[in-house]
Amino acid sequence: MAQDILVPEVSDGVTQGTIIGISVAAGDRVEEDQTLLEMETDKAVVAIPCPFAGTITEVLVEEGDTVQVGQAIMKGEAGDGGAQAQPEKTEQEKPAPAAETAPEAASEAAPEPAAPPAQEALPPAPAAAPAPPAADAHVDQALDLSPVRTGDRVAPAAPSVRRLARDLGVDIYQVQGTGPAGRISEQDVRSFVKETMQRITGGGPAPVATGEFPGLHAQRPLPDFSKWGPVSQEKLSKVRDITADAMSYAWSTIPMVTQYDKADISELEAFRREFNLKATPETKLTMTAILIKVCAAALKAFPQFNSSLDLAHKELILKHYVNIGVAVDTPGGLLVPVLRDADTKGIEKLAVELNETAVKTRERRISPADMEGGTFTISNLGGIGGTAFTPIVYAPQVAILGVSRSVTEPVWNGREFAPRNMMPLSLTYDHRVIDGADGARFLRFICEAIEKPINLVMKG
Amino acid sequence: MSEKIGIPESAKLVVIGAGPGGYHAAFKAAELGLDVTLIDPEENPGGVCLHRGCIPSKALLHVAKVVNEAAESAEIGVTFARPEIDVDRVRGWKNEVVGKLTGGLGMKVKQLKLTHVRGMASFKNSKTLLVRSHDGDEGEIVFEQAILATGSRPFMLPGVQTSDRIMNSTGALDLNDVPGSLLVVGGGYIGLELGSAYCAMGSKVSVVEMTKGLLPGCDRDLVSQLKRRLDKQFETIMLSTKVAQLKEQKNGVMVSFEDKKGEVTKKRFDKVLISIGRRPNTENLGLENTGVKVNERGFVQVDGQRRTAEAHIFAIGDIAGDPMLAHKAYAEADVAAETAAGRKAQYDPRAIPAVVFTDPEIAWCGLTETEAKEQGIKVKTAKLPWRGNGRTLTLGREDGMTKLIVDPETDRVLGVAVAGPGAGELIAEGVLALEMAAVSEDLRKTIHPHPTLSETVYDAAQSLFEG
Repeated sequence: MAQDILVPEVSDGVTQGTIIGISVAAGDRVEEDQTLLEMETDKAVVAIPCPFAGTITEVLVEEGDTVQVGQAIMKGEAGDGGAQAQPEKTEQEKPAPAAETAPEAASEAAPEPAAPPAQEALPPAPAAAPAPPAADAHVDQALDLSPVRTGDRVAPAAPSVRRLARDLGVDIYQVQGTGPAGRISEQDVRSFVKETMQRITGGGPAPVATGEFPGLHAQRPLPDFSKWGPVSQEKLSKVRDITADAMSYAWSTIPMVTQYDKADISELEAFRREFNLKATPETKLTMTAILIKVCAAALKAFPQFNSSLDLAHKELILKHYVNIGVAVDTPGGLLVPVLRDADTKGIEKLAVELNETAVKTRERRISPADMEGGTFTISNLGGIGGTAFTPIVYAPQVAILGVSRSVTEPVWNGREFAPRNMMPLSLTYDHRVIDGADGARFLRFICEAIEKPINLVMKG
Repeated sequence: MSEKIGIPESAKLVVIGAGPGGYHAAFKAAELGLDVTLIDPEENPGGVCLHRGCIPSKALLHVAKVVNEAAESAEIGVTFARPEIDVDRVRGWKNEVVGKLTGGLGMKVKQLKLTHVRGMASFKNSKTLLVRSHDGDEGEIVFEQAILATGSRPFMLPGVQTSDRIMNSTGALDLNDVPGSLLVVGGGYIGLELGSAYCAMGSKVSVVEMTKGLLPGCDRDLVSQLKRRLDKQFETIMLSTKVAQLKEQKNGVMVSFEDKKGEVTKKRFDKVLISIGRRPNTENLGLENTGVKVNERGFVQVDGQRRTAEAHIFAIGDIAGDPMLAHKAYAEADVAAETAAGRKAQYDPRAIPAVVFTDPEIAWCGLTETEAKEQGIKVKTAKLPWRGNGRTLTLGREDGMTKLIVDPETDRVLGVAVAGPGAGELIAEGVLALEMAAVSEDLRKTIHPHPTLSETVYDAAQSLFEG
């Protein structure tokens, strides 16, 4: 029985995506969970798995198409239809016993009371738009006879409630009923619409009303660059587009200050190198992993660094969890996967998680959900170089730590200049939330914890 | 009654067939403001249901009820004389009932200002109908949208023609006479209803059924309620038996039966009623000149709005698939008419009730126990015999059963079935329960009037109560 394959909900707030690769063609046999296509959303590339084992009968989208969550992308048949399987369109009626017994003394079946198979509504075609008599192939496309949800129990809702859902464009099967045995009331349908709208618009009035000014994404007319030489155009990737938006929003709305400091990592580096002699690529200890733990401790000691500013309600939202984002350079652009509950994990565990996450991110196998919920960010450019830089706060977070390349410097120890391995750190913070003195204290805490790790346990 | 109406050259919405599906769709569409042309060969709407089906058969079953109650009332101290059946007056009364109902529909056609073309139509192409009116006019109608509701007709045994002695349901309802002996071929609801009517009017009725039980598809515990009574009334009920041959003779029809062991017996009957099913009327409509698709059983394929493969042509009722029941056609008619008028509509009933108007009546809706078993659905059932119900006993009856089928986890009502006098009326509560997604608690917390048969639903729901 042909069924539609829909774009699943991939992550909270993700409503659409762009098809970037289709892995199957009509007629292909597929396994359950086999990847059908890849979709680039605001946050990541998501592989859309096949919900059943069977045969793909039709591919409804092309690469480059933008699709909505819930939209049909392919049609397929579950089960062992051969690769040549034609969509079976004759299973509309359940054969009544009578009909199977045609000749000779057949019997007349009792009137069949079974609930008919639920059928998907066709998109309403404009009335009075008669199509010419079509060839069979066309007819197959014109008439979607695929019944849906035959395996499920029908939605527990009264006819009037189902009608309301239809009028509001709500799929009744997505509504969670609150009545006995999950019965769906009119109120449940209305709540569903309300919650969905809130999720999409972020609640309350549209973003424009919360203070985003029209000039934020403004662009002056560009000159014709080809006057001065050959040029070519490249379409912005989704990641680039989103990054541009996020950065211009942060840069234009957050008064930022960057505070610099240096940490002496001589002893820590010695320990790290020794540790790594026994480590595998999976367990390898990186400076970033250590910094995650150190920052987590700092965030517990300075909770205002682990917050978000809600100007609309004149509130500071303090988070009682510590999720640290790590900027990862990928061929497709900068992505920031998040390591959760860093304050509760040991450095070894964080190192393993970070190594795994970094690989997944570079291969773009990371899910959008894995990039949500960060409370603080670390951007480590030490592997590339530089003496210092000014990272931009990743709104709605309030602080970000930049790391540059450590170098051996002469450091005066009171008696003489000694060669010490010094790591430059740049802390950018939202000056609306954090005062300069606290910024300096926070960065000092980090440096001191690196230099004398005993501090980590001394203060929390 | 019919004034001569010419065949219009064009139409916004054409409804072909004026049975329950067709006339209901036409009326609904007209009420929604559409300009409707209704094409049907009869003078007044009604289709099989009113002219040759549900209504005339219920009239004859009422006669049966009167006769049987009079006979049974001797038990409670009231004795009537042996009834005399004036077949002409029974027929006349039955036709009067049909006339009143179809005449009323004819009035409504006028009130709603439908263009009523008395004739037959077939498709020239997907936009044009060829129409031949009953008085010989021919014409073409170019239409924008069409609703097909051409219904169904009785299935016949291969090579057998209807005659004075070999009838289908149409012939049986004409009631030309009450034969001394009648063989009903097919133990489905039409055969049992008409067999019961003829039996009460004096025929010796035999039933032959190919499968191993009456009313295939119905739960056996319900059927047994009926069979116990029919065993007493009918001459014989032959199950797992085929009709090998029908031979019309001067004084009757010689019938050869073949039982499951292959043994052949012969018996003569005055008349034979063939009721082995119905087939949709989808031939001779010119559907091959359109993109409309018909499956191997002759049903038009439709989607959730009852649109065919040609989006501007709808199909409803018997031609749109099982069950072939008037009330299912009404529901589809609403959906098609609303969709044609540009509204959002969807055919998604939770249950379509089935009623067998025998005595006792059998009615059910939703999931049956048989289906639950076949599909491996876990259910809990409550079966309440009517023996303890006050109203049953005061009707002079002891038979009857009410059955609730619920989801054991959620208590949600999945199916309701009733066997007993008036079951057809009682089942409406079950259909409402299913549509409203009721749980059995809803039924047992709904006050049912005392003393009535409806209390059996309440009592059955009580028996599902667990602390």
